[in-house]
Amino acid sequence: MQEKPKLPAIEGWYAEDDQGAHLIGSRCTECGTYYFPKQSLFCKSPHCQSESFEEVPLSRKGTIWSYTDAQYQPPEPYVAADPYEPYTIAAVELEHEKMIVLGQVISGVQVSDLKVGMPVELVLDTLYEDDEAKKTIWKWQPAQNASE
Amino acid sequence: MSDKIAIIGAGMHPWGKWGNNFVTYGLKAARDAIKDAGIKWTDVDFISGAATMRCGYPGYVAGATFAQALGWQGAEVNTSYAACASGSQALAAARAKILAGEAECALVIGADTTPKGFLAPAKGYRPEDPDWVRFHIGITNPTYFALYARRRMDLYGDTLEDFAAVKVKNAKHGLENPNARYKKAFSVEDVQNSAMVANPLRLMDICATSDGGAALIVCSEDFAKRIGKSDAVKVAAISTVTPTFANEVVEMPDIATDSAIASEAVRFREQLPKKAYEEAGLDPKDIDVAEVYDLSTALEMDWYEDLHLCERGAASYLVRNGETSLGGSIPVNPSGGLACFGEAVPAQAIAQVCELTWQLRGEAKDRQVEGAKAGITANQGLFGHGSSVIVTK
Ligand SMILES: [Zn+2]
Repeated sequence: MQEKPKLPAIEGWYAEDDQGAHLIGSRCTECGTYYFPKQSLFCKSPHCQSESFEEVPLSRKGTIWSYTDAQYQPPEPYVAADPYEPYTIAAVELEHEKMIVLGQVISGVQVSDLKVGMPVELVLDTLYEDDEAKKTIWKWQPAQNASE
Repeated sequence: MSDKIAIIGAGMHPWGKWGNNFVTYGLKAARDAIKDAGIKWTDVDFISGAATMRCGYPGYVAGATFAQALGWQGAEVNTSYAACASGSQALAAARAKILAGEAECALVIGADTTPKGFLAPAKGYRPEDPDWVRFHIGITNPTYFALYARRRMDLYGDTLEDFAAVKVKNAKHGLENPNARYKKAFSVEDVQNSAMVANPLRLMDICATSDGGAALIVCSEDFAKRIGKSDAVKVAAISTVTPTFANEVVEMPDIATDSAIASEAVRFREQLPKKAYEEAGLDPKDIDVAEVYDLSTALEMDWYEDLHLCERGAASYLVRNGETSLGGSIPVNPSGGLACFGEAVPAQAIAQVCELTWQLRGEAKDRQVEGAKAGITANQGLFGHGSSVIVTK
């Protein structure tokens, strides 16, 4: 059987290049404030009048701000596996942007494997599968070179 | 001119899962508050309702709904909606009207009937709605509370026993509160034997949703004097500030914080009481009792620090030494808090002020904080809503 194609669960929010996976954000060209999801109308810093942005890849690496898991199945629009499989969640401070981004942690990593301050990196992984495709989302995984 | 208003009446309908029309809860609370104030319904010249979004059109126009249910009598009317802070917004509207000299005596009222099950966002593909995005990637309300709790454990050494102790304390406080929904004592073991929801938080660490209603009668100091109630407790401050960019803590329903690369990171939960303290001209050490939004046990401990009842990271010392229990140096949630009530959104901030009113009058019976002269409330909800009210003798 042919492998299902991989499609983003949310379009235009993340991508993969030769450096790996990254979130797509925007950066105010005047004050340097980053936005995720992208902001393109005006800068939300009350001290900045800018309406000029550049689209930028956000840091692929960061450190854990906090973490938890989901023992109970969330309601829709979450698409749950049957039977439901609990997953781990991390809030991660990106390396450069001074911004915390939430996301699932790749499967196989438990709460007991994590610690505040631990280095992690972003990957794209399956959020759910439907008849046509594997729908991907960003997830966090412990940094591969952390122990080297 | 005084910048304070008097609280001359307080009333509540017991919290529970009654399944009745929300108006019936509000009516009981309002009539009790009017009786408590010793005034006639026709003395009320402003009705300030906190809206509910879950009970159809009558809930959107709660002020008028209660005005009609109590009997039209020509008072002016207002309805406020600000998630968990709705009741405080309704109180702020009444205060503004009274201090502007446009009203003398106001009813502030909120009530809710909660639906069964999860409150989920609308379906479809709607990435422009942050609530849709976070549910789609599996981030529920308990996720946020668990993230705050786990960070406390790793940063400050809080333990699961500390979190459970907050539940045990609040359950004990609420035991004799006639308006509480849960009146049952629990042990640390009970909490730790309840189901894990979002590690490290268990079912008993997280509050439920309830039906309930609360009401206040507030008036100008002149009006209070005229009816012989010049010694009524006063509203000394109401803070309903919004967050400041860049918000430091990831808040429901967002999946990311603001970037603080060009702006200072600010804690919203700390900004709310800060403005209240400034407005009241009081210091955290002047506070004798606090009613805070314990959506989770660990979140109550965050509030100790955001209210400056202790240094950042020191909340566990207050818990371990019983300082926030009745009889301690700064009792928190003598009512039993959300742990014993469950959240009835538009009524909750009003209920917090009802409790402080009874505490400062010395009418709180078994849960009385001895000699309480000043109290503070704090709550925070979705979309940058929150409030903090200071009540003084
Ligand atoms: Zn800018």
